[in-house]
Amino acid sequence: MNDATPARGMLRLLRAILGRSYPRIIGANRDKSWLFYDTVLPLLGTIAFVYVYKALGAPERFVGYVIMGGATVAFWMNVMWSMAAQFYWDKQGGNLELYMVVPCGIPAILLGMSFGGFVGTVIRAIAIVAIGSLLFDVHYTVSQWPVFLLVFGVAIVGLYGLGVTFASLFLLWGREAWHMANLFMEPVFFLSGFYFPVRALGFWAGMGASLIPLTLALDAMRQLLFPGTHPPFLPLGTELGILGALAISFIVLARFLLRKMEYLARREGRLSLRF
Amino acid sequence: MTVPAIETKELVREYRMKRSPQNPSGAPVVALDGVTLDVPQGEMFGLLGPNGAGKTTLIKVLVTLLLPTAGAARVLGLDVVGQVQQIRERISMVSGGEHSGYGILTVREQLWMFSQFYGLPSKPALARIDELLKVVGLYEERNRRTSALSTGMRQKMNLVRGLLSDPEVLFLDEPTVGLDVTAARDIRAYIKEWIRMKPGRTILLTTHYMHEAEELCDRVAIIHKGRIIAGDAPAALKLRATGGTYFLLTTETLDGISLAGLPGVQRADTRALDGRMELRLHLAEDGAIAGVVKVLADSNRRIFSLQKIEPTLEEVFVQLVGQRLEEADERKAGP
Repeated sequence: MNDATPARGMLRLLRAILGRSYPRIIGANRDKSWLFYDTVLPLLGTIAFVYVYKALGAPERFVGYVIMGGATVAFWMNVMWSMAAQFYWDKQGGNLELYMVVPCGIPAILLGMSFGGFVGTVIRAIAIVAIGSLLFDVHYTVSQWPVFLLVFGVAIVGLYGLGVTFASLFLLWGREAWHMANLFMEPVFFLSGFYFPVRALGFWAGMGASLIPLTLALDAMRQLLFPGTHPPFLPLGTELGILGALAISFIVLARFLLRKMEYLARREGRLSLRF
Repeated sequence: MTVPAIETKELVREYRMKRSPQNPSGAPVVALDGVTLDVPQGEMFGLLGPNGAGKTTLIKVLVTLLLPTAGAARVLGLDVVGQVQQIRERISMVSGGEHSGYGILTVREQLWMFSQFYGLPSKPALARIDELLKVVGLYEERNRRTSALSTGMRQKMNLVRGLLSDPEVLFLDEPTVGLDVTAARDIRAYIKEWIRMKPGRTILLTTHYMHEAEELCDRVAIIHKGRIIAGDAPAALKLRATGGTYFLLTTETLDGISLAGLPGVQRADTRALDGRMELRLHLAEDGAIAGVVKVLADSNRRIFSLQKIEPTLEEVFVQLVGQRLEEADERKAGP
């Protein structure tokens, strides 16, 4: 094998993931406007809620809730705008049909998008938590770091699995991806309890909202960050179990929908082609 | 025996349509209507036709982006329906007016990204990118963001992208569309160079530029309304044009001189033109023109002009389709 021989299998998959994640990672570094748009602006919304809680004389942990919620919003926005709607943009730009004929396949492209999006977003989320916590002097007591990281990791897998699912669905449903993405903004901010404990919604509304992995992830992480003071929606173990089930379900569903989307694209010709 | 690079048999592709005022019955649009093609490996094959003739649809079927409605298509002996992955390993596609990739990346980064989708190791991939960028004259722009490239530069970059994986079959869908004369000439020059450097590689090129097909292709098929209506080497196709090659000669009035009976003169049509006579001479072979010139000179007739007129692919197209290619395009794009 000479050194220019293309790899196949797992090595090609890894190279393709790295290749597709590159524009996302390098893009954040190259265009610094995200510091303002993705950190300062979301922080303003978060700060507004902080002052609401402060005016109401709510316990200090609520300030921490809100900052956690603000950081989590970054992930949801990334999943909606840069995952779910991405195929739409790629179709418009002509990338989608190229992605469909490269040998690594669409799943590798999506994994790369997810990885790149995650890396970029985690930096934004850390920036929001750090600035918000410094501004309002919030202290966290993480009692079980490994469990905290496990909850976060499982939630991220589920969340990006949902993003991949939506990427196919958005393409199948219609052409105006930004309307779809907008549709999933405010309702999810509300239902997932980004700025309040989801328990306040009641059991059944909370369970419905739990279809979005961030709902239970936020509640579980709050239990770990504010042990003993946070009113849990469900026991931590149960939330972790449901999150795991959601992650697996979304990956399976995403795979099914991707195949369906690819098949329809080839049969109908209207999904991948620009008319 | 090597398998053909491209082989289609009675290939049909229909698009389902919604009911509309233009199509009240919702009848499907037939983009390919029984296309049969055979392109051997190592050939540069051109598909010539107006917009909407089915050129792009044929390419989309062959690169596995679209399923055929009926018939069969194989690339390098592999079935486009059942052996999709194997085909994708060995082909590449470049379309005209393509805006693929991401504007925030530089030319070199963009090409590296695509090389990773083929599993190329980074170091040799970057070396190949640099080498190809030098060949197409884009090396100096390698660190420029792709969003800042001109249309011509972008298309050169797209061509490099298509060649990165060293494909066995390269599909070029109107690669010079929208480019200025110089950029289009550069692209054509590089395509010719690539096929020369890589004997055995096959190119399927779609175009609606006659001169492009004539300049680049070993063989050309004319496609119209989803059907291949003629296919041959450009020179052989031109021979099919009614009238073929002829000589156009302008002289003084003939006043009873007959040229029709001269040896080698098959037909001599005359037309009065501002006191002069224009002769359209169809000859059995070019040398027969000497006899015509001698008769005119012996009769003291001055010769004002003499031209050998060869038919063009455009004329072949007009005779086969009944209209010029541009007219067919306009009709397709009309209200």
